[in-house]
Amino acid sequence: MTVVKYREALNAALREEMERDPLVFLMGEGIGEKGGSYKVTDKLLAQFGEKRVIDTPISEASFVGMAGGAAIAGTRPVVELLFVDFAYLVMDQVANQVAKFNFMIGGQGIVPFVLRTQGGIGNGLAGQHSQSLEAIFYHVPGLQVIMPATPYDAKGLLKASIRSDEPVIFIEHKKLYLAEGDVPEEEYLLPIGKADIKRSGKDVTLVTYSYMTLESLKAAELLAQEGIDVEVIDLRTLVPMDMDCVLQSVRKTGRLAVVHEAVRRGGVGGDIVSNVVEEAFYDLEAPVMRIAGKNTTIPFNVNLEKLCVPSVEEIVIGVRKVYAS
Amino acid sequence: MEAALLKGLYEKVLTIRRFEQSAREQYRVGNIYGYLHPYTGEEAIAVGTINALNPDDYIVSTHRGHGHAIAKGHDLGLMMAELFGKSTGYCRGRGGSMHVANLKQFNLGANGIVGGGIPIATGAGMAIKQRGTSQVVLSFFSDGAVNNGVFHESLNLAAIYHLPIIYILENNQYAASTPVESVNLVEDLSIRAAGYGIPGITMDGNDAVQIFTAVQEPIARARKGKGPTLMEYKTYRHSGHHVNDPGVYMPQETMAYWKAKDPVDIMRNHLISAGVKESDITEIDQRVEKKLEEAVQFAKESPEPSAEEFLAEIPVY
Repeated sequence: MTVVKYREALNAALREEMERDPLVFLMGEGIGEKGGSYKVTDKLLAQFGEKRVIDTPISEASFVGMAGGAAIAGTRPVVELLFVDFAYLVMDQVANQVAKFNFMIGGQGIVPFVLRTQGGIGNGLAGQHSQSLEAIFYHVPGLQVIMPATPYDAKGLLKASIRSDEPVIFIEHKKLYLAEGDVPEEEYLLPIGKADIKRSGKDVTLVTYSYMTLESLKAAELLAQEGIDVEVIDLRTLVPMDMDCVLQSVRKTGRLAVVHEAVRRGGVGGDIVSNVVEEAFYDLEAPVMRIAGKNTTIPFNVNLEKLCVPSVEEIVIGVRKVYAS
Repeated sequence: MEAALLKGLYEKVLTIRRFEQSAREQYRVGNIYGYLHPYTGEEAIAVGTINALNPDDYIVSTHRGHGHAIAKGHDLGLMMAELFGKSTGYCRGRGGSMHVANLKQFNLGANGIVGGGIPIATGAGMAIKQRGTSQVVLSFFSDGAVNNGVFHESLNLAAIYHLPIIYILENNQYAASTPVESVNLVEDLSIRAAGYGIPGITMDGNDAVQIFTAVQEPIARARKGKGPTLMEYKTYRHSGHHVNDPGVYMPQETMAYWKAKDPVDIMRNHLISAGVKESDITEIDQRVEKKLEEAVQFAKESPEPSAEEFLAEIPVY
């Protein structure tokens, strides 16, 4: 094991897959010489050259659609969308073209398309660079949606995404890029669609993903001091969702809290709760709870910004309530 | 031009014409439903351009895409079955008229979103560049698509990466029912190519022979890695936007002008000028009729898709 940063783990995943398969190539804004705004593609241009590490103009709809076309035509593109906020620029190509393509042609081919992007609040980036938009992709049949929280998961899942024959939306978090964690020196892949129990517990099931996994684990440690034993499930993959893991845990604890940074209204959390209520209603011993971002545009001011997404304290308070009722 | 080649072009043009007529008949009796956008009147463009390709060159088509698929040599029965929504269709009944595709023949599919296929075609060009082969892509779209953002973005992207693509602008003069001149201030839409530093050429779109001859140069240019070309072909639909659109907005005198330049008649005249015997032409006509009858029969006899099979493929979460 070596301790690496999240962005270094992603960089290693891209490098290894490009070394392994000459049909893997990268497209995106400023990913070449600059190495990407968050340095995920650092030094890849030097190793693989301009043909495979392609800087694009600011033409998101078309270069994302191009990645779709290149995937359909037999290559394995990894396209970077600088901010998930720009999803709104590319949704025809993602949702009407890439996601539906193989279905609409009767399953004739494969679409090994990976769109890497990042979301979440940073530090005063305001309303168009701070969103968590996974629910938009989650809603569209035909897309796999992956949101890893640790360097280990990021590397293993990005490699698996690149080898997947179906489209992947791979959403990183800007506050995770410098997070460190153990990553094996030898090659490994992680299965798409498998949650990971990041902390075992018997009292309350806490389901989360991406950056909120780290916050939830901090909350779980504080709650442990009060004698509340929280099981933290990191979904890692939102589509397909590992509901078996969630249901098994809920059947054990009888209590459920879901934590995500995205706005509460129409969020993935509502769907997780619905699934649990439909499948395990009689195993629940208390009302379920969503601890989610507020239904607001993210403000610029950092003190206001903090109020919009769940804090460790809010998670602690929420889980306490679920435990007590 | 050799008689064999001329005969081939004529047969394709006629097949498209008759396929669309058959599809319209089948629509009227309820065997085809949903949207159906006939390519009638525009046949020469698909036939002239696609016949200049190698079998492993790509095409990306449009909602008015039956002609492109037929020109690429698709099986008429499998196409008609798809229009019927049958399990034997190219897309197992999941795409229908607007989404015929056959990857084995390098047709990356038609598209229900105007302009939606342009980035896909551009990406296919990038895939060719990655693999280093000498294939090319024909990206079909209409005058309606040129005011969509992805048209502009994609032409620029193809230009800067020198991608082997010929953008085929089928200017049938209406975006659905909106006249081209009411939404563009330029006479020839191909001049937009200059803005991206690539060649743009406008020509008549009703003579398959002229089109076939003139498209050789941009294809050769693309194969040599010299980048994309925008080809604009001016033509006219012989009917409304789709089978249920009577096209009342299409002036009679304009229609008459274009019908006098019918792509099927033009090809037939080419054959006669080249000394092809009337009996040879009749033989082609009869072959096309037979193929269409067989295609319709195949579609009629084909089974509906299995509901169980379809439902079993849908994930719960």
